[in-house]
Amino acid sequence: MRLINHIPGRPGAVILAALPFVALVVAYTVASDLRLEANPQDKLLPAPGTILETAQRLFTEPDKRSKEILLWNDTLASLARLLGGVGISALLSLVLGLAIGLMPYARSALSSFIAVLSMVPPLALLPILFIMFGLGEVSKVVLIVIGITPFMTRDLAQRVMEIPKEQIVKAQTLGASSSVIALRVALPQILPRLISNVRLSLGSAWLFLIAAEAVASNVGLGYRIFLVRRYLAMDVILTYVIWITLLAFIIDWLLKTLSRRSFPWMEAGL
Amino acid sequence: MSFVSVRNVWQRYGDRSILERVNVSVDEGEFISIVGASGCGKSTFLRMLLAEERPFKGEISIDGGETAVEPNRERGVVFQRYSVFPHLTVRNNLIAGESFANPLGRLRGVARKEAADRADRMLERIGLNHVADQYPAALSGGMQQRLAIGQAMTAKPRILLLDEPFGALDPGTRVQMHDFLMELRVETNMTVFMVTHDLQEGFKLGDRVLVFDKPRWDPQDPGLFGATITYDFDASNDGVPFQDILDQYPSLAAG
Ligand SMILES: Nc1ncnc2c1ncn2[C@@H]1O[C@H](COP(=O)(O)OP(=O)(O)OP(=O)(O)O)[C@@H](O)[C@H]1O
Ligand SMILES: [Mg+2]
Repeated sequence: MRLINHIPGRPGAVILAALPFVALVVAYTVASDLRLEANPQDKLLPAPGTILETAQRLFTEPDKRSKEILLWNDTLASLARLLGGVGISALLSLVLGLAIGLMPYARSALSSFIAVLSMVPPLALLPILFIMFGLGEVSKVVLIVIGITPFMTRDLAQRVMEIPKEQIVKAQTLGASSSVIALRVALPQILPRLISNVRLSLGSAWLFLIAAEAVASNVGLGYRIFLVRRYLAMDVILTYVIWITLLAFIIDWLLKTLSRRSFPWMEAGL
Repeated sequence: MSFVSVRNVWQRYGDRSILERVNVSVDEGEFISIVGASGCGKSTFLRMLLAEERPFKGEISIDGGETAVEPNRERGVVFQRYSVFPHLTVRNNLIAGESFANPLGRLRGVARKEAADRADRMLERIGLNHVADQYPAALSGGMQQRLAIGQAMTAKPRILLLDEPFGALDPGTRVQMHDFLMELRVETNMTVFMVTHDLQEGFKLGDRVLVFDKPRWDPQDPGLFGATITYDFDASNDGVPFQDILDQYPSLAAG
């Protein structure tokens, strides 16, 4: 039989899915053991147990000076920036995408501009943003917005243009104005796409956020990682990395669930 | 004065002529079938009746009005596919026929309730009440086209334009749709233009059958001349002429 026709059974699939994770943990543990055996003071690959202890301390024990749990402060600050930036981008790209997709005048005026804009490497703009918006929250949110809006806008506009012409004409014969067509015909049909765009963009959004926090901040997940890097506190860094991964995973899962709940018509035909 | 009048209409894309010198007058309540070779411009003609595009030259008026510049509620349409909204339930697709004309595209309170009642009566009429809360993707092709026709009728257009509405259906479903359309026509006396590739269908449903073809042909430059209406058949009585001649002229029977 061809390889493409071999399909794993249910238990096989679960075991296969778990395999890479197990392999990673085992490889890390072995490597860490080897290094610690050679030098018990080694900080590069702390033992899994050490990481767990550190994690517990980070999540529960308040900082001595500020009496606050830094990890939660960092999490709140970062999530606020991330969700702020992504939310603004989603709204902007929705409005622009609808305009470009539906109105020939908006398309002529904006589509090449946004195509060029999406070529600008956002991180290269970071210094300019810091100069223009200061080192506070605004520059970080703006970086995320600049980083992901052009791509989302282009994709949504494309999706609007892919709506069959027949539907748009049909809506006109029912007396729909441009805004009714935008709100009641196009918008509902691109919302699922918006959510999948947001899911795709979250990876870049995290990247821009952590980069901005690393350069200039006094609170935030990225800020903390780059701060403790100086002390080679690998156990702290790894805890933060795993925590960020977990947050990203949860946000993605929430969006996926939301999409499945909100758009039953997408799956009605399946 | 005829109800729909098409006077000396030409259409061209770039330097390609598609239609030329199209003239036709249609009375209110007439069912016009349109046939012709693939690519000869039948859909183009329908798009101009729909005002989705404007003629290069000439006038198209409904009930003496001006040539329209964009689609409006006077002209209902059903295409071969994609004529209903996939994100609305079957009932809401019908309600859209009333609500889309509002500023926000919605109906509220009593108005919404009444529109829903009318939609339910239409659903009964088109035989879709059992799937009222489903989405179009779950419907068969014939049911989707019935919904599309029902939706177009909900907006109460002056003329109904059908572009190969049954082209994607199997023969059995097609015959059912013919019966459905004929009943609906008797009830509403709607003026209908229907493009079809099925001559038999055209003669069965239509009062007249218009044939589009190129009367002039330049072998060097096929795009030089456009198509026009080359035949305008009387298709009442299922296209068999003189069927009712004895009713019209009883004296003939005596001889
Ligand atoms: N927007 C357009 N721009 C350029 N050419 C077009 C356009 N629309 C249609 N045409 C051309 O005009 C000609 C007539 O097209 P039309 O769709 O009206 O044919 P039709 O008679 O409906 O054919 P079919 O039976 O295949 O549906 C075709 O050759 C087509 O390629
Ligand atoms: Mg056609």
